[in-house]
Order: sequence, then C-alpha cells, then structure tokens
Amino acid sequence: MNRIIEYMLPPQRSTTASDVDSLFTFINVSGFILFMGIMITILIFVIKYRRKSEDDVTPVITHNSILEVAWTVIPIILILIVFSWGFRGYLTLTSPPANAYEIHVSAASWLWQFQYESGGSTMNEVYVPVDRPVKFIMSSEDVIHSLAIPDFRIKMDVLPNRYTTTWFQATETGESILFCTEYCGTGHSEMLATVHVLSAEDFEEWLETGLEVDEDMPLADVGEQTFTSAGCNACHSLDGTDRVGPSLLNLFGSDRELVDGSVVVADEDYIRRSLIDPQAEVTAGYPANMPSYSGRLNERQIDGLIAFIKELQD
Amino acid sequence: MADSSQKTLRIREFPIDENPGHTYLNHEKGILSWLFTVDHKRIGLLYLGSVILFFFVGGMLALLLRTELLTPAQSIVDADTYNQIFTLHGAIMIFLFIIPSIPAALGNFFLPMMIGAKDVAFPRLNLASWWIYIFGALFALYSIITGAVDTGWTFYTPYSTQTGTSVVSMTLAVFILGFSSILTGLNFIVTLHKLRSPGLSWSKMPLFLWSLYATAVIQILATPILAITVLLLAMERILGIGIFDPSLGGDPVLFQHFFWFYSHPAVYIMIVPAFGIISELISTYSRKTIFGYWAIALSSLAIAFIGFLVWGHHMFVSGQSELSSVVFSFLTFFVGVPTGIKIFNWVATMYKGSIDLKTPMLYALAFLFLFTIGGLTGIMIGALSINVHLHDTYYIVAHFHYVMMGGTVIAMLGGLHHWWPKMTGKMYNEFWGRITCGVIFLSFNMTFLPQFIMGSQGMPRRYFNYVDQFQGLHQFSTIGSYLLGVGFVMMAVYLLWSLFKGPKAPSNPWKARSLEWMTSSPPTHHNFEYTPVILHGPYDHHKPMKEFRMGVAEESESPDVIEIDKDPA
Repeated sequence: MNRIIEYMLPPQRSTTASDVDSLFTFINVSGFILFMGIMITILIFVIKYRRKSEDDVTPVITHNSILEVAWTVIPIILILIVFSWGFRGYLTLTSPPANAYEIHVSAASWLWQFQYESGGSTMNEVYVPVDRPVKFIMSSEDVIHSLAIPDFRIKMDVLPNRYTTTWFQATETGESILFCTEYCGTGHSEMLATVHVLSAEDFEEWLETGLEVDEDMPLADVGEQTFTSAGCNACHSLDGTDRVGPSLLNLFGSDRELVDGSVVVADEDYIRRSLIDPQAEVTAGYPANMPSYSGRLNERQIDGLIAFIKELQD
Repeated sequence: MADSSQKTLRIREFPIDENPGHTYLNHEKGILSWLFTVDHKRIGLLYLGSVILFFFVGGMLALLLRTELLTPAQSIVDADTYNQIFTLHGAIMIFLFIIPSIPAALGNFFLPMMIGAKDVAFPRLNLASWWIYIFGALFALYSIITGAVDTGWTFYTPYSTQTGTSVVSMTLAVFILGFSSILTGLNFIVTLHKLRSPGLSWSKMPLFLWSLYATAVIQILATPILAITVLLLAMERILGIGIFDPSLGGDPVLFQHFFWFYSHPAVYIMIVPAFGIISELISTYSRKTIFGYWAIALSSLAIAFIGFLVWGHHMFVSGQSELSSVVFSFLTFFVGVPTGIKIFNWVATMYKGSIDLKTPMLYALAFLFLFTIGGLTGIMIGALSINVHLHDTYYIVAHFHYVMMGGTVIAMLGGLHHWWPKMTGKMYNEFWGRITCGVIFLSFNMTFLPQFIMGSQGMPRRYFNYVDQFQGLHQFSTIGSYLLGVGFVMMAVYLLWSLFKGPKAPSNPWKARSLEWMTSSPPTHHNFEYTPVILHGPYDHHKPMKEFRMGVAEESESPDVIEIDKDPA
C-alpha cells in the first residue's frame, strides 16, 4: 500500500507535504477498506442470492434501525476526522511564518516573473533557499493564472486585481517544476517555470552574482538564453512553424505586413519596438496578445535578442 | 368504515393487452406528428434522440482530445484547436447531454406512466421545452461555426470577456437551454402534485419519481442564477459594464461565485435522477422490497438542499477568504452522508433477494462500483489541505468522470435497457447487452483510473502539452477511451438491430411492480385505457401481480369488482 501511495504522489520537498500526504494515505486506506467492504458484500449477495427459480419469494425487509443508525453515524465520524485534519493542514498552508523570505511573483500570459527583496528579477526560473520559509506575493497582469508546485503541495490562484499569497519551506536542494493550473488560453500548458532550491550559502552567492550579467558572454548567446528564460519559446518557434506568434526564422530583414495593412521592415528598431510595445505593430494573421517586455528585459538582453534573431536565417 | 368523509371506489382488475394494435407509435404518422406532438412519450423519445446525438458528438470530441494527448507535444491539432475542443466537449456534454438526459428523456416518458396519468400537467409547455432546447442547441452550433469558444465550459472571467471567440452567442445558448430545464422541472412538479392516480400516495411513489421531484426543485431554484450570470457576462462583453473584469472595476472571483452557485446544484441535477433509476433497477432485479424507502426518498431531497450550500468548494484556491473555504469544506462533507446512506440501502435491498443479473442489473452493479469510487474521491478533494494539491489536476477530471459518466451515464444506460422493451415494444439481445456492459465497464476504468494517478502526481488539467513523465499514463488512458468508443458502437448495433428485427416484448418482461409495466408494450396513446387505482407500493414484490392491475370499474356490474373505501383527498 505504501509503495502505491508513494508512486501516486510527487516527491515530498516541503515541510508541509508530509501532513498532506498522511491525510491522502488515511483517506485512501480507509476509503479502500470501505469500498472493498461494500464490493465484497455485493459479490456475496449476488452469488448467494442469485435467482434460483422464477417463483422465488423474497422476505419483506423495509428497515433496520441499528443498521441505519450505524451507517449514518460512522460516516459522520469519519468525515469529521477528515475535515478537521484537512482544516488543520490548510491553516498551516495559509499562514506564512513572519520571517519568510518574500518574492514578488507577477504572472502574465504566458510567463512568470519573480522579483527578489534584494533587487533583481528572473523569468520562468525562481531561486529559493532551502530550510527557510519563502513567501510568494502574487498578482497577474491579465487573466487569472494559478501557481502550483506539486513537489511542495502548494497551489494558489493569481488574480489581476489583488494580491494573493502562498508559502513553502523547501526541505532539500534541487529542481522542482512550477505549473500554471488555471486555464489561461493558448500558451497555458507552456506556462511552466523551474524552482531551483539552493543551499543557504549558494542562495546568498546567487543573489550576489547570479543576477549580474556576464559581460564576457557574446551578445547572441545572451539572446539565446533570454529566448528561453523570458518564455519567448512558448509562442515563437525557431524552425519556421507557426505557433501563437510568427516564427523567428528568417524574420530579420523581412517585410512584415501589419494588421492595418501597412508594411514595415523587421530591422533592429522594429524588434525593439515589438518587445517594448508589442500591440503597436501586430503582424497580420496573428493575435495581439503578446505581453510587453518593457522593464522586464534589460538593454543587454534586448540587444542580445536582436543579435540572436539576426542569426536565424536558413 | 364508510362515514360521510369517505367515498367508495369500485375497482376491478384490468388484464393487459399483450398485442395492442394501437400504440403511441402508430397513433399518428408522419414527421410533423412527431415534431409537434404533445404526447409525453413522443417528446421523451425526441429528447432521447437529441441527447444521444449530442452524446455522440461530445464523445467524438473526447476521442480527439485523447488522441492529441498520445504524445506530450503537438500530435494532430494545434493548441487553440485543442482548447476549443475541450471547451466544446465540456459544454456539449453538460448543457446538451447530461442535464436533459435522464429527466427530460426517460423522465418525460415514464413520470406520467408511473403515476397512472395520461400525460404531464402541461403537455404544450412540455413540447415548448423541447423546442427551446433545440433552439438553444442551434445557438450553440452557431457559436461553434462562427469562431468556436475556447474558455472551458466554466467561462471564467476575465479570460472569457477578453478572448476573441464567440463567447456571447455561446452564453446565450446556455441561457436559452436553461429555460428548457426550468420549464421541464416546473411541469414535473405540478404533474406529481396534481395528477397521481387514486391511491398513489406520496409513500407509494416510485423512488425514480422522488429523485425527479428533487431534481425539478433544483432546476427551478438554481437555473435562474445561471441565466443571471451569463446575462451579466454578456452585458460586460457587449456594453462594457464592469462586473467581473478588473480593468473595468469588476471582480473576477465574483463570477466564480455566481457560476458555481448554479453549477454545483447542477451537479445534482445530473446525478440525482440516476439515483432514482438505480433504486428501480436494484429492487426489480432483486425482486425484493426496497430497503429504507423513506431514507432513499428523503436523502434525495437532503442532497438537493445541501447541494445549494457547498458551491465554494470549487474555489478553495481562488482567493476567497480562508473562513469561507473552511465553512464550505465542512458543509461539503455532509453531502457524503445521504449519498452513503443511499449506497448502503441499495446493498441492503439485495440481501436475501432473488438476484437476476440481467443487463440493467449489471449496469446497476457497475454504477455501485464506479459511483462509490467517485464518491470516495469526492471526500478526498473535499479535504482542504489535499484540495490545494489536487485542485485543477487530472484527479478532478477523473473524479467528475467517475461521478458523471460512471454514475449518471451508466445509470442511464441501465434505465435505457430496463425500459427499452416498454418504449419500443422490442427485446434486445441479452447476451450482447451483458458483453457490452462488461466492455464499457472495463474500458471506462482503463480510461479514468490512470487519471487519478496522473492528477495525484501533479498533472494539471486543460493542458495541451505536458511533461514527458506522464506519457505512459496518458497513452493507457487513450487506449481505454478507444475501447470505450468500441463499447458504445456495439451497443448502437444491437439496439438498432433490436429496433428493427428484435422479438416482440411482453408487457412486463422483468415482473416489475410499478405502474408503467401494467399497460401494453409499447403503451397506447393514453397510456392506460382505464383510471388506475393503486393498492400497493411499487416495490411490493410479495403481493400477487393481479393486485397491481387495478383500475376504476365502470358502472356495469362485473363479477370481479372490489369495493374499497378511499379518502376524499
């Protein structure tokens, strides 16, 4: 039984996970016993009381007070246990410790952005310290999203008009996956992020250096990295296939026909404008739903993307 | 004891005409006699045909979805098409199939017959309900053709107010369909109150009718909320009035409250009629008095009532206050108690019965297996801390398919086979019926059991692409869904064969005791050629069959006339 339950659940990587899993196990085991009890009873009845002849006479049994009280009261006791257990766990899940490390999360269709207390931000990657409570303060720029990290057993909707919060304390270093679990359109299933749990020292070091730009990296490599980290790949392909937005292959230098009928050349300035104010010049045939990267990308990343796109010619 | 407050009824047995020349099927001829009929039996069949058609469409869409999910990346359709398909699958199955399925199709046919009435209280309104339903379905079709809808059947704002698809016409379709549902509910309530035959007291009413009564109450009280909600949504999209969209000053979570205030009770519109069918099947095929008649009847009403107070359990992680979540979780568990009571009563009914595993009984047993899983997993996701982990994952998808398909659809199939001889006058092939039930039962589990595991592991629902680790389970599920499709094709084949080539059905092939079996198969235009009088309950299998064929005797003296006293009420 334990092995089945273990197979059914993702690894436990937060302090709250084990309580949730214990309740999960409790309901599964007691439910299984109840279920088997009912099914075996039915099986016995079907075999023992199968029709022997067309003239079978059956007794008239309309009720049995002891039995009926039992199968009302016992389930009530069981559900009260389950309710209280779930309630207690929920209180923990919704009460972040006061000393939690706070990260602001901003969701947009379809990317996650994480801003750290000490300044700096990351996209679709979040770095957190192990063995220390971390609190996400979340808001959405457009529709409702939901942040879920199965390894931590947490989930919370991200709303456009108010902040919601969730918290966890990771118990081991490593990587976990973060899903968007509220349906948000075309790129919903691409709206993933990676949670990197670092040791306390590594996290401090990452805060110092990880957010800095590697000055020695070639511009096009910066662009390639940004292409994934900023979530461009959710909507734009590199091989000419259409996704939500146009492919970036052979984009540079091509004539772009816009929705208003005008034609512009995709030069450096056009790419920059498309990143900062994407709704201004939308290519005909594609939806106007790209989020603005103004303030999300630094100058070096924008230059990097331009250099990267320039190279994408076949 | 005939005092002045009582009158004497003269009754006698009316033997059943086993070979009626005149039936509701040949009473009138031509397509118009069907489309504009006010006969509840024909309207029931119109509904049955319509819901089967939409079940077929929704099922094909489901197979497309499952095929796309064979690989973690794009297989046969693109992301936008996938999103539209799952929206249509949900919307069609919910609004066009499952809500009208049992009440409007089987209920329409059998509710008047089971109380010995000639028709429902308002036959023209009944016909109007069907036409409104068809009109709503056409509107839904229109919105599919003019740009589809990609919001999910839940239409959550602000996505639904911002997406470029035909949300307005789709919500209008839902609005129209709601009226059909309300009118059917109204008709049933009035019929049950006013048209019961002499002697058919509330305590002698078949449990299927109690469940339809509870359903009708929910339909009338909850459906207007849906109408209000979709109207507000349309106002926001057309007139730009800020109700749900935060950029206009609205609140998106308000929409979820509105939506689930209808849609949770609607879950009971879908499942409670199924409970009614199961009560009929288990008693009939165990040939035994139902155990706990009042417990089953009243638990339907209790579920209908509590069902209004639990909508917030869809919103534990939506940003509603923690206190609301706690209260909703607490109340939610109390739906489990009356539901459990029903299951125990059904099992107890089989005790010392004379159980015949005919096809409908196999469906009833399949129901007990699948619905119990659906119910127990409902306890799981009602628990707050676990819900946080399982919300919006495949666990939820599996749970509601076990309840809606494993519960309602399986019960409906049981009812369809049980009443098939009565409706069509033909018998179906018992061997193929049983085989098909087995195929559907096994392939259903193959399709949806893996989804519980995927969901527990964290696989989110409504995902076009997914992470590679889930591929094996997804493929297993897809193969199951194909077999499920094969099962339904097998059923279509033998039922159609039965319709055209099947042997003639006797009036009461199952030796059931309720009133619809006390007339010919298929019934005559007016159901009964006499006014039935009810002496015994619908599950009194220990009473002689002849005492169930009683009716008001004509003036003429006949040797077998019995005189009984009857309260003037």
